[in-house]
Amino acid sequence: MENVIELEHVDAGYPGVKILEDVSFSIRRGEIFVLLGGSGCGKSTIMRHMIGLNTVQGGVLRVLGMEMNRKNRDRILRKIGVMYQSGALFGSMTCLQNVMLPLEEFTRLRKKERMDKARELLAQVGLADAESKMPSEISGGMKKRVAIARALALEPEIIFLDEPSAGLDPITSSALDDLILQIRKDRGTTFVVVTHELPSIFKIADRCAMFDKARRGMIAIGTPAELRDSSDDQFVRKFFGRGG
Amino acid sequence: MGRGIAYNVGRIACEYASGFRANCAFLGETVVRGLIMLFKPRQFRFRDCALAFERAGFDGLPITTLVGLLLGLILAFESAASLQMFGVEVYVADLIAIGLFRELGPLVTAIILAGRTGSAFAAEIGTMKVDEELDALTTMGLPPVRFLVLPRMVAAALVMPVLTIFSEIAGLLGGCLVLQIMDIPASVFWSHVISSSSLFMIVFGLAKSVLFGLLVGFIGCAAGMRTKNTADGVGVAATNAVVGGIVAIAVSDGLLAVVCYIFGI
Repeated sequence: MENVIELEHVDAGYPGVKILEDVSFSIRRGEIFVLLGGSGCGKSTIMRHMIGLNTVQGGVLRVLGMEMNRKNRDRILRKIGVMYQSGALFGSMTCLQNVMLPLEEFTRLRKKERMDKARELLAQVGLADAESKMPSEISGGMKKRVAIARALALEPEIIFLDEPSAGLDPITSSALDDLILQIRKDRGTTFVVVTHELPSIFKIADRCAMFDKARRGMIAIGTPAELRDSSDDQFVRKFFGRGG
Repeated sequence: MGRGIAYNVGRIACEYASGFRANCAFLGETVVRGLIMLFKPRQFRFRDCALAFERAGFDGLPITTLVGLLLGLILAFESAASLQMFGVEVYVADLIAIGLFRELGPLVTAIILAGRTGSAFAAEIGTMKVDEELDALTTMGLPPVRFLVLPRMVAAALVMPVLTIFSEIAGLLGGCLVLQIMDIPASVFWSHVISSSSLFMIVFGLAKSVLFGLLVGFIGCAAGMRTKNTADGVGVAATNAVVGGIVAIAVSDGLLAVVCYIFGI
């Protein structure tokens, strides 16, 4: 299966701070790939490199066959969608306007067509009745759903989700997982998810990569069951609750 | 344990250098995006600009007018006291007109704009940064400078002359009121205002106000974009916007005064 994201010996971090070293793995088209690890291990940092917000400090990062650099960044960004931890909806716009924004900027659709498409997307994430609400009037789970609808607007090949379960109750979190699985089934979209919620990982992940702060790198990769049952690494065993 | 004076001096110097570099980069990006916008006006966010204009303009009108009125009153009272000794208090009108049109109208209005609107720009953009909305814009392929900064800068530049005119009119009315108390008829006051002012003087003052508006808008937005993700991040950004805005207004006004003196304007 074709790889949509490839990391080769990537050093990740912020200017002047290296957080992860020599990270290599690839993500296949259509899979739900989870980046996991404890707090501060660098999983969100590696995602920021993948979405072009930070520049890699070493090695090569390719997204959709293009190296993520200044030259290719805009082309790559047109083909990906991102949902941030807080939802990052624009507070001065209604939910419908938030979803319409990328359509307004990057398509030649007429206003009515844009509205119809945005309404369709909101309906897909189960929020058909929230179109005229402002982000401040809806719950955290709803904000994340609207953010997913906005991320879907331009029909991206990859969607990145940063801590989708953070701050949500188990039922809402599970419903969000169902939504991710449904979108993958309907559209074949690849998902890259940053999380450390085990129930969510076992429900949605095809594969996952685990990072460790102390070793400043990736320490395991595989399916959630493989990591839980077969890893000899003490940190991985502890993370999955098998003691150590 | 402290790390020593040399370390701290070096660290602070590096922070200033890095801040200066970031500001230069931001200025460069703003200029380039602004130039692009001139050739692609459809990319400009007119709706956001109108919203910022409304907030900075209509909402700021009462305080600007009030301060302008008080400025005129104070100028008139203070100068009349001195001029009365020579029996030339009628020249208070000339003093107020020249002072307001050339200098005080744009300056005081710009300081009010820095306090109200510059801080609001910094707080709005700073909160958006903390809430990851700037990252969301970037990953949607929408440059925050085009989306957030340029509409606000243009709004600040457009609203400044309007507020300045209101402030100047209020200031003149204040001066007129004081002179009427001193038994000088309004007609005399207004004839002195007209004879001492010129169209060039008024246009020059308004052009200055446009420059001040651009500075306040730019510094407010730059402070917002540099907001740190800490508990006091947005507050610090708003403070920086006000302080930076007032310093920039004072410095640019001083430079303009020197240039005007050299060229005899």
